[in-house]
Amino acid sequence: MIGKQFVKGNEAVAMAAIKAGVRCYFGYPITPQSDIPEYLSRELPRNGGTFIQAESEIGAINMVLGASAAGLRAMTSSSGPGISLKQEGISYMAGSELPGVIVDIMRQGPGLGGIDASQADYYQATRGGGHGGYRIIVLAPGSVQEMYDLTMLAFDLSDLYRIPAMVLADSVLGQMKESITPNRRPVCALPPKDWAVRGWAEGSPQNVVKSLKLGDGEMEKFHWEMHARYQLLADRESRWEEYRTDDARLIVTAFGSTARISRTAVETARAAGMKVGLLRPITLVPFPKKIYADLSRRCKLFLDIELSTGQMIDDVRLSVERDTEVAFYGRPPGAGSLPTPEEIFEQIGKVYP
Amino acid sequence: MKQVFGRSPSLKDVQTHFCPGCHHGAVHRLVAEAMDEFAIRDRTIGCASVGCSVFLYGYFNIDVVESPHGRAPAVATGVKRARPDNIVFTYQGDGDLAAIGMSEIIHAANRGEDITVIFVNNTTYGMTGGQMAPTTMPGQKTSTSPYGRDINNDGAPFKMAELLSNLDGVAFSARVAVNNPRNVLAAKKLVKTAFRYQVEGRGFSFIEALAACPTNWGMQPLAANERVGSEMIPYFPLGVYKNTDNL
Ligand SMILES: Cc1ncc(C[n+]2csc(CCOP(=O)(O)OP(=O)(O)O)c2C)c(N)n1
Ligand code: SF4
Ligand SMILES: [Mg+2]
Repeated sequence: MIGKQFVKGNEAVAMAAIKAGVRCYFGYPITPQSDIPEYLSRELPRNGGTFIQAESEIGAINMVLGASAAGLRAMTSSSGPGISLKQEGISYMAGSELPGVIVDIMRQGPGLGGIDASQADYYQATRGGGHGGYRIIVLAPGSVQEMYDLTMLAFDLSDLYRIPAMVLADSVLGQMKESITPNRRPVCALPPKDWAVRGWAEGSPQNVVKSLKLGDGEMEKFHWEMHARYQLLADRESRWEEYRTDDARLIVTAFGSTARISRTAVETARAAGMKVGLLRPITLVPFPKKIYADLSRRCKLFLDIELSTGQMIDDVRLSVERDTEVAFYGRPPGAGSLPTPEEIFEQIGKVYP
Repeated sequence: MKQVFGRSPSLKDVQTHFCPGCHHGAVHRLVAEAMDEFAIRDRTIGCASVGCSVFLYGYFNIDVVESPHGRAPAVATGVKRARPDNIVFTYQGDGDLAAIGMSEIIHAANRGEDITVIFVNNTTYGMTGGQMAPTTMPGQKTSTSPYGRDINNDGAPFKMAELLSNLDGVAFSARVAVNNPRNVLAAKKLVKTAFRYQVEGRGFSFIEALAACPTNWGMQPLAANERVGSEMIPYFPLGVYKNTDNL
């Protein structure tokens, strides 16, 4: 029996990483995610792993690249300014088909911004972030339990598809304490990492981990292959949570911490006799397009809630049936800008069809 | 008859893309011979950098990881920490290591990572067409220092072998050249020493190899080779800057 534990979201990430068999963590301090390196600096060496506080986020992501190229599970974590610095390495990892987990505990920006919760790095996370035209897997937990579960899943999906995976949360989820069940790692059949560098022994092929593709048509082929892999990912791995969508006329949609707040607002609306539901995407890449399309045939209206001026709404609009209306309520990130359930309930009232 | 000179088994039997008179090829050979000497080819992992040496995997019979520009020491850190029983080296140019990658090299060296770094200083950005590098010499004309490097504007060239030797984490640091047989022999010995340090698990070892880039210096191969001796060596003296053998 695995007992319940009362932990912070960031700690849940770190605990799950160890459970998932992470062997190397490389990071650089930044609020609001420093509990992750702090926890792992203590626990990873005890569990036979390596912890390095790197010289910068650039150093850290490239250490992840190296350890992953060598076939081990490796991760890093950061927030806005640091995630920006990691984009170079993430692009190289994507180009080299290297797995690896990046945890992004979003804070306000642009620039130094501030440490309050934000969802304004949705574009940065879901559009690839670096150069070259690639996607990474993006998982958006909505509770401390999911911080734990999705961190484990990130390692498996990343290894399975050979695409870097990001756990995208914010300072509310990172700092919040909840009671969780530290589940065992789900069984996932993974292919051997026969592409990893380990020394070119006699009789085996030379392994080269690289993104350079100069051959005639080589890069074009790579892009089409990745395109097909992203499609496969969408078909197989899209995840979401629905709450009372069955008969809903209005469906609130939000991810991460705003989805939690929205859920309370949906409950209030239901208590007031309004037919309101909630759709929470758990995978942002792949975005669960199909469920949006399906539900848009049944409901009248979506109300998208974000802690930004609206980014995920692009994906919502692209996913719903053409004539479905999508209303929006957002608060740009900043101190005091986290919306209350009452505020969202009020918005529901305003647009309820 | 005894064969006294042949291709190192650590090298592939292929033509390189290096320009005539380029010293990268000679440095590759020294690295290959060091692998042969310690019979470590099959457990060596190379971390290639971005520059004219980007095709490491095409010339060496070893597994290779490509690194973003300047980041090879961080990549090598990840590889070595993941696989401590392997021999891991980086091969980097002067733009790669001493400009964009200065942070990565200093910190890998300071942590005393058990890796070997081969640093090829040709005083220019070879691959991108001969721009000014952090090692471009005072007065040297390049495509972005058309009036010659002005140290009041651009700072003085970095002397990496000396600089790194000051760090406690560095076990071995030396500067070599391959411009004449005597220097090649000395270089061969020192490159082997650098790898021996890693084989013995002694910590960070560093080789700076002075190199000619005839193409971007706008010189004939012979003249470029001359310049290494007449201009570079006086400014970047050869020798061992740190040696912890007797500690
Ligand atoms: C981030 C980034 N900036 C710039 C470049 C372009 N670039 C490629 S090689 C190079 C310099 C190479 O010079 P050096 O490291 O001295 O190697 P050499 O070719 O002289 O051996 C540059 C600037 C790049 N690939 N990536
Ligand atoms: S450009 Fe210079 S460094 Fe590059 S291959 Fe030619 S001679 Fe060598
Ligand atoms: Mg150079």
